[in-house]
Amino acid sequence: MTQPIVITGIGCVTPLGCDVQTVWSNLLAGVSAIQPTFHFDASTFPTSFTAQVSEDYDYRKYVHRPEWHEGISRNSAYALGAAAQAWRLAGLDEFDGLDRERLGLYLGSGEGVLDFDNYAASNLAAWDDERGRIDSVKWAAAANERMDAVREIEQEPNMPLSHLAMEFEAYGPAYNCLTACAASTQAIGEATQILRRGDADVMIAGGAHSMVHELGVTGFNRLTALSTRNDSYATAARPFNRTRDGFVLGEGAGMLILETQQHADQRGATVLGRITGYGSSADAFRITDMHPSGRGAASAMTQAINDAGVQRDQVDYISAHGTGTKENDSIETKAIKGVFGERASSVPISSIKSMMGHLIAAAGAVEAIACVLALRDHKLPPTINLHDPDPECDLDYVPNEARDASVKVCLSNSFGFGGQNDTLILEK
Amino acid sequence: MRPAPVRCYGSYVGDRVPSQGATGYTVAMARQVVITGLGPVYGLGFGIESTWDAMLQGRCAIGPVQAFDATGFDCTIAAEIGEFKINQYVPKSYRKATKVMSRDIGLAVAAADLAARDAGLLTPGTDPDAGKNDGFEPTYAPSRLGAHIGAGLIAADLDELTAALVKARVPDGSNAGEFDIYRWGNEGINHLTPLWLLKYLPNMLACHVTIIHDAQGPSNTITCGEASAGLSIGESLRVIQRGAADACFCGGAESKANPMAFLRQIMTGRVNTNDNDKPETAARPLTKTADGMVVGEGGGIVVLEAMETFEQRAADTGARAYAQIVGFGASQSINPPTRNVHPDESGRGIAIAIRSALREAEIDPNDIDLIVPTGLAAPVTDRAEAAALRNVFGAALPSIPLAPVKSLVGNCGAGAGGMDFIVAAKAVPEQTIPAVINADQPLDDLNLTTAPAREADLQFVLTYSGGLGGQFAALVLRKF
Repeated sequence: MTQPIVITGIGCVTPLGCDVQTVWSNLLAGVSAIQPTFHFDASTFPTSFTAQVSEDYDYRKYVHRPEWHEGISRNSAYALGAAAQAWRLAGLDEFDGLDRERLGLYLGSGEGVLDFDNYAASNLAAWDDERGRIDSVKWAAAANERMDAVREIEQEPNMPLSHLAMEFEAYGPAYNCLTACAASTQAIGEATQILRRGDADVMIAGGAHSMVHELGVTGFNRLTALSTRNDSYATAARPFNRTRDGFVLGEGAGMLILETQQHADQRGATVLGRITGYGSSADAFRITDMHPSGRGAASAMTQAINDAGVQRDQVDYISAHGTGTKENDSIETKAIKGVFGERASSVPISSIKSMMGHLIAAAGAVEAIACVLALRDHKLPPTINLHDPDPECDLDYVPNEARDASVKVCLSNSFGFGGQNDTLILEK
Repeated sequence: MRPAPVRCYGSYVGDRVPSQGATGYTVAMARQVVITGLGPVYGLGFGIESTWDAMLQGRCAIGPVQAFDATGFDCTIAAEIGEFKINQYVPKSYRKATKVMSRDIGLAVAAADLAARDAGLLTPGTDPDAGKNDGFEPTYAPSRLGAHIGAGLIAADLDELTAALVKARVPDGSNAGEFDIYRWGNEGINHLTPLWLLKYLPNMLACHVTIIHDAQGPSNTITCGEASAGLSIGESLRVIQRGAADACFCGGAESKANPMAFLRQIMTGRVNTNDNDKPETAARPLTKTADGMVVGEGGGIVVLEAMETFEQRAADTGARAYAQIVGFGASQSINPPTRNVHPDESGRGIAIAIRSALREAEIDPNDIDLIVPTGLAAPVTDRAEAAALRNVFGAALPSIPLAPVKSLVGNCGAGAGGMDFIVAAKAVPEQTIPAVINADQPLDDLNLTTAPAREADLQFVLTYSGGLGGQFAALVLRKF
């Protein structure tokens, strides 16, 4: 047996609330966070709705040196709040024995929000209509005048990591990975490996992302990946339903405090759960499509189950990737059947994306937190908007209403655009 | 030669907590890992032979920016690669996909191809007949081949995007010519190709590489500025050590030779804006006269293999390894006044990574025979590095040669650590310290190597990389 890795803190900032308890109540109540997009005017876009974090959210109430974080992007703002909640819950704000060189960070955070207005204006100002291209000398002049150094640097994907490192004085191993929608699941998995190996005592792991901006929605709309049910947005996220037409873009952050069992025991921390298994794979098929057999998804699940040393029939809840795209939900179902065989139909599966949308890089961390809460409360969050199941999706997706269940072992899936897949096993 | 140290996986190797015996947990032996393929694509050439030749001559890739007219920018020089035909590095069956490869992706794909061929790996990417032959047997089973590839923030092609943006201009009235979000949502976005977003997702570097080479094992995309490639190599090392894969592609690639990424670098305050007329001497890393970095572009992907599987195939095919990786460390530097654009001046953050790598290698600092440092040539970063080195190596520092390569290839962002690592890996079997340039006035007591290249007894080589954001990765290579 390798060194057990425990979860001692969780925190999140999501469209369903900016603290764990609110988010959990809303998930169990089957609340939809989907609204018309207010971060920018998307009223004429093919998709005019998203799941957004409340505009009342203010990261400054969570940080002790606001001047270090002045001008941060939404990613970093969400990351700081989620991490501070997890840090406090873990009791680390009142623990002075922490070796900061053995405090690490592994995040799966996305690119920061583009400074779109100034970017678009600079590009248009430099457009040479005759030659049909940018005049880079004019562009430099326009961009130098309009763009701001902090706003530009904050777009680097390792900035949430950098802000967390400053805030929590973490000198240990520090990584940001960006495997699209799988990123924060991967971050938790790799953080677990760092702790198992003994390269850190405590890791802050999770992710933060917002693609709720002009070019984010543009990009996903062009890929026809988003639901376009502008008239019925509250029920637009319909994982596993026959009429699903794409995912709903969300944003936010989820953070976990992971530590070695030994370190948690020594400082008398309350253990919320354990990360016992992790698997990572690549479909190696197409950048636009999952492999139709679900081979990459199945491989990640199998590796995680084997890593945890649990039996397939011990898994009693699956937090699905469940995006609500035609392709994902049927292939994920096929992969689950491949891994679990006859038992597949008796394992409850749900997709909280039906309620809070798809947090992209941050999705996996928030879903892992939902698993921790399911383990704690023996309740499973539902998949809402599931009134007309797709015949190809014929498993138990905990439709529409939360359920009581004895939960000891959870499996959480995240599959990235392009074919990178990650799975975690969480246990009581 | 001392025997290869045996390491325990899962044990605690630090010095403040009891070792594995006290924890009561059983531990598995960490597998040993060798470097078998090098794929550099930088301003010095394509592939290890041409790149190394250029290094021996101390050739500099820095010149006036070619990719766009940079005369409006404070800096007008860069280390570029020039045009190259990506199709040459992609099997016929996959050439259609090159349309959705941004330059960053193309650099990674080319570098991975060169690395796989250098290692002698048979994959669907390196064997042109793989698709026609039902009995094709790759060197490694797809599930045992992984990919950890560092990437940067990929800037959209301005011409392509703006050609669509102009369709959303206000046609007349007082705001004529301005961007109109309503027109954009209604009509403008349709002028972007449907797969537009996929050119700019950082994980597409790894995804294309895994598809081309059928690498279905563990896969990650690390985005930590100049530490990206070093951390990715470290992650592949760990994945192979713990037995989750037998071989991995790793490293990183990035191009900042486009107006948006170039401007962002200038905005960090780290770029040399005073030597536009002297490109060849503009990047002077770790010297008293360092006056800022020069932006570069490049991809450096390498192949790592488990010693046991490598030895098996070496017996069959005569494959050779460049060096063994015996130590890796990762750390974070904290410097709030610079918002972590620069490492802390004491060098504490950098020193932590270096010390961890030395500890895993079970060697003393003075066992290191050569250091390929980060050496961005940004004075604040350079001074932090010098402080870290002094801190770790103490009195031994003046006797250890340092070969910073950014004077030749610039700072290639996520690709930067790939070049550092490749130079370190090639120097070991060559037993040669390459020539670096612009090194005549070293900072403090640093022993910067100068031309010409010279032979040396290289048993252990250290390289470390990092920068913007404060993450650092250190790797120790051992003669094999």
